[in-house]
Amino acid sequence: MKRVVITGAGTINAIGHSVSETFASMREGRCGIGQLEIQDVERLSIQIGGQVKGFEAEGEFNRQQMALYDRFTQFTLFAAREAIQQSGLEFIGELAARSGVVLGTAGGGVSTWDENYRAVYEAGKNRVHPFVVPKLMNNAAASHVSIEYNLKGPSFTVSTACASSNHAMAQAFQMVRLGMAPAMVTGGSESMLCFGGVKAWEGLRVMSKDACRPFSMNRNGMVQGEGAGVFVFEEMEHAKKRGAEILAEVVGFAMTSDASDIVMPSKQGAARAIAGAMKDGGINPEEVGYINAHGTGTAANDKTECAAVADAFGQHADNLMISSTKSMHGHLIGGTGAVELLACIMALRDGVIAPTIGYEEPDPECALDVVPNEAREAKVNVALSNAFAFGGLNAVLALRKV
Amino acid sequence: MTSVKDRVIAIIAEQAVLEPGDVSMDQTLEDLGIDSLGLVESIFAIEEAFDIQVPFNANEPQESDFDISSVATIVAGIEKLVAEQHA
Repeated sequence: MKRVVITGAGTINAIGHSVSETFASMREGRCGIGQLEIQDVERLSIQIGGQVKGFEAEGEFNRQQMALYDRFTQFTLFAAREAIQQSGLEFIGELAARSGVVLGTAGGGVSTWDENYRAVYEAGKNRVHPFVVPKLMNNAAASHVSIEYNLKGPSFTVSTACASSNHAMAQAFQMVRLGMAPAMVTGGSESMLCFGGVKAWEGLRVMSKDACRPFSMNRNGMVQGEGAGVFVFEEMEHAKKRGAEILAEVVGFAMTSDASDIVMPSKQGAARAIAGAMKDGGINPEEVGYINAHGTGTAANDKTECAAVADAFGQHADNLMISSTKSMHGHLIGGTGAVELLACIMALRDGVIAPTIGYEEPDPECALDVVPNEAREAKVNVALSNAFAFGGLNAVLALRKV
Repeated sequence: MTSVKDRVIAIIAEQAVLEPGDVSMDQTLEDLGIDSLGLVESIFAIEEAFDIQVPFNANEPQESDFDISSVATIVAGIEKLVAEQHA
């Protein structure tokens, strides 16, 4: 089997329009969650989110492109450019023919659905723009990345709710590891912060009206975010041969299904995914220094996740650090694992552990080192990134310092 | 006209797949076999039926102003909300 490394990273999210800005925000524990600026916000009972501000799509894309790019595609292309530029790869010839793009999204072009339902139902229009379908489809972002960068190998979109990006990156990893592709562009994107997108989440009554406080006793729910994270996964020898800068090695993954409940998480399902990723990567549990938690800030997730970590690590659970950066950028749903992988890269490369901000009160059911409120310097050799989705679908990735 | 109590019980009974006559005031939702998803569905149905807002967050049911510990407390809570919000 081939070894797989990350040679490019890109992002846009509520705490940064680039990887370096996002790292800086994570170091400072900056919160990107605030009052939503969207149409009809006054009719929402949840009015906060981790919204991307100051992103001028019009300056990025021409009129023809704008007609085809939903906001989730815009975010993806913006992040992909940063990642692919950093990697230094140019996809031509054999490299182009065999490299592809696998991305995660839960909702795809939610804003496009929203705007056009408004047009036909609310405004009573009988005609919509001809590109509505190619704009809203879940694979639009993956396809536009493949078109823009000439990626002609295996390309598709994975949709497993909040685990979409982790499932996508696990697929991409597996393809490079098995020698199917020399490089894969992977990650995910989400943009659900529109009236219909937030209204749907309100219905479940798991959203916080004031803040995302993962693991804190007084947590009262999740906060939605938006944005994208995109990476270049590359076969290690391929990367070394061309002298590419290596950000981290991807060493293992595991996917499990709870097979139990459509919304309530299961400790066993999560623990099996964590243990499975370590086994797949040949990782001794004691080597794991940091976990980027799923950490949604709901009552159910946080206690179940902590119990799963305790199960999977035994004694070592008390020695490792686990933080939820959703406290800063919100929950990017299908894009969340991609943005959160950045915290793992920062831990491995820079030795800086992103904090769980908004932490106010210890919860005995979440009695792990959650890196409360302030970033910490620490040497970490192996980091895990957890994602546990509605539907009971779990995916955990393992990264190693290079 | 049907009372608030009867309408709330009818909604809860439907969720529990029971006849309204089989739902008694001292029962808990757990007694009736209504889980957390069934609860948020019931609250939604109640909000729609009475055109009210029920203050309920599934993350902190015990902290919500709305007491869901039994059918009786739910009925009392809804009666109060209907009186307040339609005053």
